[in-house]
Amino acid sequence: MSNTAKAFQNGKAFIPFITCGDPDLETTAAAVRAMAQNGADLIELGIPFSDPTAEGPVIQAANIRALSGGADTDKIFDLVRDLRTDVTVPLVFMTYANVVFSYGAEKFISTCGETGIDGLILPDIPFEEKEEFSEICRRYDVDLISLIAPTSANRIGMIAKEAEGFIYLVSSLGVTGIRSEITTDLGAIIKVIRENTSIPCAVGFGISTPEQAKQMAEIADGAIVGSAIVRLSEQYGREAPEHIGEYVRKMKEAVCTVH
Amino acid sequence: MTNPNGRFGIHGGQYIPETLMNAVIELEEAYNHYKNDPEFNRELTALFNEYANRPSGLYFAERMTKDLGGAKIYLKREDLNHTGAHKINNVLGQALLAKKMGKSRLIAETGAGQHGVATATAAALFGMDCVVFMGEKDTKRQALNVYRMRLLGAEVIPVNSGTATLKDAVSEAMREWTNRISDTHYCLGSVMGPHPFPTIVRDFQAVISKETKAQMLEKEGRLPDAVIACVGGGSNAIGSFYHFIGDKSVRLIGCEAAGRGIDTFETAATISTGRPGIFHGMKSYFCQDKHGQIAPVYSISAGLDYPGVGPEHAYLYDTGRAEYVAITDEEAVNAFEYLSKTEGIIPAIESAHAAAYAIKLAPALDKNKIIVITVSGRGDKDCAAIARYRGENIYE
Repeated sequence: MSNTAKAFQNGKAFIPFITCGDPDLETTAAAVRAMAQNGADLIELGIPFSDPTAEGPVIQAANIRALSGGADTDKIFDLVRDLRTDVTVPLVFMTYANVVFSYGAEKFISTCGETGIDGLILPDIPFEEKEEFSEICRRYDVDLISLIAPTSANRIGMIAKEAEGFIYLVSSLGVTGIRSEITTDLGAIIKVIRENTSIPCAVGFGISTPEQAKQMAEIADGAIVGSAIVRLSEQYGREAPEHIGEYVRKMKEAVCTVH
Repeated sequence: MTNPNGRFGIHGGQYIPETLMNAVIELEEAYNHYKNDPEFNRELTALFNEYANRPSGLYFAERMTKDLGGAKIYLKREDLNHTGAHKINNVLGQALLAKKMGKSRLIAETGAGQHGVATATAAALFGMDCVVFMGEKDTKRQALNVYRMRLLGAEVIPVNSGTATLKDAVSEAMREWTNRISDTHYCLGSVMGPHPFPTIVRDFQAVISKETKAQMLEKEGRLPDAVIACVGGGSNAIGSFYHFIGDKSVRLIGCEAAGRGIDTFETAATISTGRPGIFHGMKSYFCQDKHGQIAPVYSISAGLDYPGVGPEHAYLYDTGRAEYVAITDEEAVNAFEYLSKTEGIIPAIESAHAAAYAIKLAPALDKNKIIVITVSGRGDKDCAAIARYRGENIYE
């Protein structure tokens, strides 16, 4: 079993996201530790990108804050090295293809393996383009996480069969961001996923409240939350880690009520 | 030129969110069906000829030729198309395709506003809804085009994110497409983005070189020695080059916007200053920093102010089939004024980049050589900005 899949061994998983370097890397380190201490099962570390086309306004703004604060790929690898001295929960990077490609895919992914990054989420790499990265990922035991969307339809089986680690099920059309309700028939999608793979499936995009996280945990193996946490970073700046820790605790409790 | 998976050498591809994959697959299937459909082609040709005023003229620029004292210069007059630029060729094709696919809404990005105006025009013609994304900075420097789009019934959404220019308008249009796919076609304005867009847009723009070739054979009985066009994303250039790619005697020259110079940070010359990357759905050359962050780019021309270039241009560059040169703001403005005074033709500032290189090249060539410059659009939209560049404080 891969490290990312281990995140799903303690009941339903809660997976928080944070943009690295928002507003600085010291704050990110403290926030990640707060997440881990408060029950996060897997943590998504966003490497900022100048033009994050899959993100809504909240995470777009975080990317700009992080880049303005001087975060870059090398400094974020250093952050991971520091975190791995005491943080044991699985960590995955979420970034855009050009960040990896420009660094050199082999160099980037081998450094992931060496520093203790367990997986990679690239929202602009669909099934058709994944081989360029997945072949290298396999050599360094880094899971290239596959995304399935409400529009995937006839593609679900094909994607699920080759998925590694866990499946990231995108709850809604559009970009990342908080939504008051999620109307996609996720149950029907998950049914097809289950017919094609045994790896876990977590739902993301639009989730912010404990009630929503619980609903997602009822139909899937975990809930992923990004914008709601990034909004805490935006609101509290360097004071955000304690608020993020508190939020993660509540969200983990909510998903834990589902068995 | 296109491989089945949408590659041009190593460039191209489909680097987009899973949410959009079925939309681009549906588009590719529809396009593959209709491109060989006689009825579709009959309708498109009728739109080109009856509505867009094609074929566009191939005009012998006699005064310019005499003045420069070298190669014979012809101008391919895309500026005389309806809406004033080559953009209408692609838009009529895509709008017709979208209509056949049952879509009722067009979204588009625009830089200078020419593609936005063309899309708004086609939407009005076909009775479709239209939303155009435009960098806020561009809405200010091309205010007249914003008004034209609204007059044509389109909603214009100013984009504040990033550098508030063309690349951000593309990002925002892509975001909107992921949000609303079932009734919406993204009418991409250049030979860029994920497959099949670079191929579809090229095929619709290829009418330029198809006509140029026939017109040149009729007027001169032979092929030109060089075809020169400006390159932002590269749609008028690929359209101007396409039917000459197999004719090795014809030099194909793309003119990028150097802005204040390729040795400055204020440039948009992608091939001169960029390196391979993955962005906006494609692998190609991009202006970027060492960590792969897309660089803010600059050009006096809103239509060339883009940090990437279409994947087929990247491939033509890699293989050496086409040459790419960088033209500064100053050179382009000089050519804008030169063409106005010498031929009575006010070119778009984008097209003036192509004219600027021809002005350098023509005197160095023998009088029996022939150059074609694609005048991709007309320059009325640019007059106020060029006046300001020259220190005359006029506003539209």
